[in-house]
Amino acid sequence: MASTAKGIDPIISAAWGKPQSWTLDSYKKRGGYEGLKKALEMQPAAIIDEVKKSNLRGRGGAGFPTGLKWSFVPKDSPKPKYLAVNGDESEPGTFKDRYILEDDPHMMLEGIAIASYALGVHTCYVYLRGEFKFPAERCQAAIDEAYKAGIFGKKLMGKDFELNCYLVRGAGAYICGEETALLESLEGKKGWPRLKPPFPAVVGLFGSPTVVNNVETLASVPHVFTGGSDWYAKLGTDKSGGTRLVCLSGSVNRPGVYEVSMFTTLAELIYDDKYGRGMPAGRKVKAVIPGGSSAPVLGADELDVAMEFEALKVKQTMAGSGGVIVMDDATCMVRSLWRVARFYAEESCGQCTPCREGTPWQTRLLRKIEEGRGEPGDIDMLSNVASSIAPYPPIGLGNTICALGDAAALPTHSFLMRFKDEFEAHIREKRCPFGDKPWGSFGDWS
Amino acid sequence: MAEPLFTPEEQKKFDAGIAEIISHYPSDRKSAGMLPALRLLQEIKGWLPPEGLRLVAKHLEVTPERAYEVASFYVMYHLKKPGKYVVDVCTNLSCSLWGAEKMLAYLEEKLGLKAGEANEKFTLRETECLASCGTAPCLQINEDHHESLTRAKLDAILAKLS
Repeated sequence: MASTAKGIDPIISAAWGKPQSWTLDSYKKRGGYEGLKKALEMQPAAIIDEVKKSNLRGRGGAGFPTGLKWSFVPKDSPKPKYLAVNGDESEPGTFKDRYILEDDPHMMLEGIAIASYALGVHTCYVYLRGEFKFPAERCQAAIDEAYKAGIFGKKLMGKDFELNCYLVRGAGAYICGEETALLESLEGKKGWPRLKPPFPAVVGLFGSPTVVNNVETLASVPHVFTGGSDWYAKLGTDKSGGTRLVCLSGSVNRPGVYEVSMFTTLAELIYDDKYGRGMPAGRKVKAVIPGGSSAPVLGADELDVAMEFEALKVKQTMAGSGGVIVMDDATCMVRSLWRVARFYAEESCGQCTPCREGTPWQTRLLRKIEEGRGEPGDIDMLSNVASSIAPYPPIGLGNTICALGDAAALPTHSFLMRFKDEFEAHIREKRCPFGDKPWGSFGDWS
Repeated sequence: MAEPLFTPEEQKKFDAGIAEIISHYPSDRKSAGMLPALRLLQEIKGWLPPEGLRLVAKHLEVTPERAYEVASFYVMYHLKKPGKYVVDVCTNLSCSLWGAEKMLAYLEEKLGLKAGEANEKFTLRETECLASCGTAPCLQINEDHHESLTRAKLDAILAKLS
């Protein structure tokens, strides 16, 4: 399933689909935990420097440089420090972490061990979304193996350093993927995001310094040490080291998770035989969401862009969590946006008024337009409601405590910017121009 | 006299589980075990009865209101007894592009329930993304995951449910 273009071999996904790939035995045979061995011979500050030099950026959505994030943790804090693993993968279009947890969980555990040693963390909580029953079972089995093998526990691989690792399952709330909401949830509360600053690196779990890292980010860490930071950095661009996992779904012939070079373009991902293998017969790309449902949508003429943080930012969208959703030219954009808007209305935690009130309002307006009841002022109204949640551009400067407000508004702004004519057609014709087939080529389930 | 919440066997499982959960947190942070404790209670009873919430709260040294507040925030906790099988159908964008809306309509007809309704055997719910976008459409039945569903595959799954 996983392969890379332009001469780069898979790193994260190399063992997926192979027999027993999730076991410690298999992982060790592939060189597993060798990165940890190397890291344990280094001083913690040197480990953080190595990660900085690798240009590894967080794979959860924001793309923040991992080494820099680690360096924010105060070294002289009298409080215990924590590592929280964000495995609350719930962004529509994103399904990569599930594969790591199911097929190669030790890779993430090795990353946890390296990060914990570097940061002086003795307790790590792996927070997985509640619906991940099978990934949680695989992950727990790997944790148990690691304890049994003396990797976790009183002595970290024989080193005088205690590390305990506990798995916690959420209970169905997208907002808990936001790092401060995740910490609230880990503290046994409802997942209401916290105001920042203070940032979790200083005041996090139980008021202590805490690093929150995504599953894929931590699974990438061992490779920085086995291959070296120079090698890892050179795999990517000047600002984004390594490879990355992208999740391809929607109207393509071969959806799936693919490990790609940072230089791979959206067009290659959709059309290349190694990846999506093109569109359904006779159909063309109409729109692509490049980084999970919150990322601004791109049009068919914008596919020649690398799947990389900076390049996508230039297009006023984002690489986000790696979720690429393709829509073909038989797909209704109003209905698609309505479905995305429903998600954010459903998942708003209700803490901030613009998000709590604005997200259902967007949904109601979109339903009205899609069902042929739209009126001429509705498009402006929709744009105003979205702007009240988060203006566009810039990205990420909304009116709410956390980025869920931005995530809810950005799709609306971008759909209206690129596909306004479809919204107008719905209102003018007082019906959906796609009739009862609004979901493109594969929407007729049988 | 009210019937006890647990059978002796259930009590044993709950006591062992709650002790394990609490051991994962600092001694002055027992309340952090709320999500796993509620999950444990639901695994044993199938839902979260009010007396169970009170018991969890007592063990974690918080008020029952706090336990209810958390339980009502997350969609996976059942504050009312659900059907034997809870069917969660993802209709988010990627799944709908692969026919999830039609699959849900088929299920509604087949089970005689609208999304959001329940009978003794089934609770049918339209849910948000289940992280199977590449193998859409998908659903979960009591947290067991089923993906790349066709009508024949779905019929076979439902036929196995007693």
